[in-house]
Amino acid sequence: MDNLKQTPLNAEHRALGAKMVDFGGWDMPVQYTSIIDEHVAVRTRCGMFDVSHMGEIWVEGPQALDLVQFLSSNDASKLALHQIQYSGLLTPQGCFVDDMLVHKDADDRYLLVVNASNTDKDFAWILSQAKGFDAKATNASPVTAQIALQGPKSLEILQPFVTGLDLAPIKYYWYGYGTVLGERCLIARTGYTGEDGFEVYLSPQSAPALWRALLEAGKPHGLVPAGLGARDTLRLEACMALYGNDIDDTTTVLDADLGWILKLGKPGPFNGRSVLEKQKAEGTARKLVAFELTERGIPRHGFECFAGGQKVGMVTSGTQAPFLKKPLGMAYLPVSLSEAGTAFEVDIRGKKVAAKVVPKPHYKRSK
Amino acid sequence: MNIPSDLKYTKSHEWIRVEGNVGTAGITDFAQQELGDIVFVEAPAQGSAVAAGAPMGSVESVKAVSEINAPASGTVSAVNADLTDHPELLNADPYGKGWILKITFANTGELSGLMDAAAYAAYVAESAH
Repeated sequence: MDNLKQTPLNAEHRALGAKMVDFGGWDMPVQYTSIIDEHVAVRTRCGMFDVSHMGEIWVEGPQALDLVQFLSSNDASKLALHQIQYSGLLTPQGCFVDDMLVHKDADDRYLLVVNASNTDKDFAWILSQAKGFDAKATNASPVTAQIALQGPKSLEILQPFVTGLDLAPIKYYWYGYGTVLGERCLIARTGYTGEDGFEVYLSPQSAPALWRALLEAGKPHGLVPAGLGARDTLRLEACMALYGNDIDDTTTVLDADLGWILKLGKPGPFNGRSVLEKQKAEGTARKLVAFELTERGIPRHGFECFAGGQKVGMVTSGTQAPFLKKPLGMAYLPVSLSEAGTAFEVDIRGKKVAAKVVPKPHYKRSK
Repeated sequence: MNIPSDLKYTKSHEWIRVEGNVGTAGITDFAQQELGDIVFVEAPAQGSAVAAGAPMGSVESVKAVSEINAPASGTVSAVNADLTDHPELLNADPYGKGWILKITFANTGELSGLMDAAAYAAYVAESAH
């Protein structure tokens, strides 16, 4: 408990009886009642998450776009006003300092949303890279709270609290500004669950009131508060990468099978470009794949993968999936073993359990 | 929290109901609450030998794996087959339908080393702080 950081909603979680854990230095709710129930609520109704621990970094100035382009793998010049893209914050080796969402707020202003436990590292990295650019970076994380509503009922539950912004026409990975409880808020149609939903960025002072109001108004729609346990199983079913598990500063964008966020055709230099151009031309040795177990067991992060008696890779994320109801995960395997249908084995505490590569993602919502 | 008075308990949060030279064992209400949703149970095969205090299987929740230790030494005389398809019985009814196995004791004398309900309640209260 010592020195753990708290979000402005900490007292709400405790009042709800949440089980709290140390998550990268933050005192966060892992579950309120049951990971399975919270997970299923998001898939079928609505779950509300406190994601105030996430990092918000603003990049502003005449060369804001140039700096974002230099830092990231995706092509931010393709963004329209209030459009969002998933991107990699890259090392010069083409690996991940972090993964992030890039929001275009104006021609000279971008919002980068990064992982909570990486925020300080990311901000220091961005400052170190910003020299020579006419742009400044600001870490707004301490003054920004974030509440995510995820699930098919999210729009219906959130809209009555928003004035000046019609949520229905906002497309996935776009955002707008509306007034919530008297405060102007950024409301984005994004999330980390594979479900439709919204992320509301607001001041820490307003967060508890909105949390309580949504909890109350959402009840008739089946809304439940959902913790980091469900957030992890939801994102894994949707095959969204988790920094520190599936990607880190030793995995390249191409290793992670995230070629769709690598835009080598964009103009100008950027961190990792030469390494990634070479890797693209020569091919990668390994690839992040989705897999299922075909025998009984549960795969977990760090378990080794075997084929033909040889160690060939490692499970990066694994669980018994609460909605799909089967043991599944993601793993790094040699490219030669990465085709869907390929059989391999996962070593579960000394026992080899049969697995097979499957297409990504494990779960895709029906539109 | 439910701690039935007619059972014996281990420090690793297993319970055992002693009936003559056979005991029925499982994990306690406290253990299932700590673990959360249980999705997988691995018990030793019928006929295998288990040793008091040594790992004999595992219980997995969505988030974590927990070893289960044998509360007593002996031979596994029955295993709860319902847990294969319904591991959630450990959450719903840890002392009833969520029983894990039966052990035919090798030495009933070692049972005196287990805690009774009052001692286990005090132990849980202490470890919760």
